[in-house]
Amino acid sequence: MSAVAHASATASARRRVLDWVPAIVVFFATIAIWQISIDVFNIQKFLLPKPWAIVSTFWTQRSLLWAAGWLTLKEALGGFAIGSSLGILSAVFLARFRRLGEALMPLAIAANAIPIIAFAPIFNAWFDPLSPAPRMATAAVLCFFPVMVNTLRGLTSVRPSQVELMRSYAAGEFEIFRRVRVPTALPFVFAALKVATVLAMIGAIVSDYFGTFGSLGITIKNSVSLFDFETAWAAILMASILGVLMYVAVALAERYALQWDPTRQERGTA
Amino acid sequence: MTVVALKSLTKTFAKGNVTALQEIDLAIEPGEFVSLIGPSGCGKSTLLRVIGDLTPPSAGTVEVNGKSAPKARLDHDYGMVFQDSVLFDWRTVSKNVALPLELLGYDRERRKARVEEMLRLVELQGFGDHHPWQLSGGMQMRVAIARALSFEPALLLMDEPFGALDEMTRERLNIELLEIWRRMQSTIVFVTHSISEAVFLSTRVVVMSPRPGRIAGTVDIDLPQPRTTDTREDPHFFELVTEVRELLRGVGADEHGSVLAEERT
Repeated sequence: MSAVAHASATASARRRVLDWVPAIVVFFATIAIWQISIDVFNIQKFLLPKPWAIVSTFWTQRSLLWAAGWLTLKEALGGFAIGSSLGILSAVFLARFRRLGEALMPLAIAANAIPIIAFAPIFNAWFDPLSPAPRMATAAVLCFFPVMVNTLRGLTSVRPSQVELMRSYAAGEFEIFRRVRVPTALPFVFAALKVATVLAMIGAIVSDYFGTFGSLGITIKNSVSLFDFETAWAAILMASILGVLMYVAVALAERYALQWDPTRQERGTA
Repeated sequence: MTVVALKSLTKTFAKGNVTALQEIDLAIEPGEFVSLIGPSGCGKSTLLRVIGDLTPPSAGTVEVNGKSAPKARLDHDYGMVFQDSVLFDWRTVSKNVALPLELLGYDRERRKARVEEMLRLVELQGFGDHHPWQLSGGMQMRVAIARALSFEPALLLMDEPFGALDEMTRERLNIELLEIWRRMQSTIVFVTHSISEAVFLSTRVVVMSPRPGRIAGTVDIDLPQPRTTDTREDPHFFELVTEVRELLRGVGADEHGSVLAEERT
């Protein structure tokens, strides 16, 4: 019995590794084509440096890039935390006062269509530009809307029969919220948080361009103006790595919190 | 004391100006197993929801255990089972059964003991740590029944609980339900659109007519207890089935029950 279970566990682990093989092959093939085509088509390095040159610059400039990356990561993380928490809190409030929610929803959707990144220089005027506050504000505003809209949709997409069942147990609004609405909303919230990690990084870097000394954004901007394209690309690589790390952190939290979700696992029937 | 007492109960829906129930009088005594049967739109599910205080009556009175329906609901006087098992995916089978107990403030020890007892009752020992979606439809329904019974409500309200199950599972669960009913000595109000299921399970079948929903007649089912698979072959069983079918035909239901099969709009 346990031997069978063990064997099937190894088999599924092997299958999981095999699932990754095509992605890894495509990744390295892309890098190889990139590296080769620069020689073949004689592409200038200000257009696109060789991957290997980017990686070696990444290594030689690692202390500079890491310091810049850490600065920008803090801005992104701060903005992500503030924007997402406010988004979730607003959704909870609007789900509780449904009328108000219905009145505000069109406004929220319209506001969501504003290219918020355009406000980045304004935030520099609102907050102390030497502090991380204006960059965090940009990242936070970018995170806010998707998290709010998705959480609200999750909180209100509870099946009526589930609410009736709870009512038949004489459960009040708070119990229904805690035991039915929140678990129902969790998959929606995590989907939004994953999007928000990417948005937070975009918000932080773009507002860095408006002059954050020692940040990733300014490293990219200054390297380009000095024709040091390898360093610019290495900074972009750093930004990508940090973005992926944030995304993976949320995805891991999601996997832990949503172990019960039937849509995200192989179905085993009893 | 009468468990359910309905006096000239009327229910209208403002939307579409529909009279779902008109002047319903019905008394259900402790230990009875009453089935509500009728064609599509006869209001039998609405009647169950009014008894359970999930929707208020427009006129007339509803008393459950001598109390108003809202009071009975707040006192946890009844357990409810829907056609869909309404289990929560994020809870294991045990936690689903324990849900009403958590709301009633049972401590951990009592919950655990009670859940184990209930799972034994519905023959799902060993499935406590499974999630609902890992179980078959029949097993899910048994979990829903265990949950409804876990806090020992005096009254069980069941709205076509076996409607979505296949014939074989349904017949097995019918026998299990009767076994549970006998052991718990509870009172059951059961909505169904299957004539043979109603006759097999009940001590009394209430036939309802549509538009507006009224009671067209009741048939006392005097088949001997306990009922077994042999009951379905008893000539008297067929007589009672015919009697119910005649009543249904009188209210305009197709004699083959095809209208009945489209119940739940």
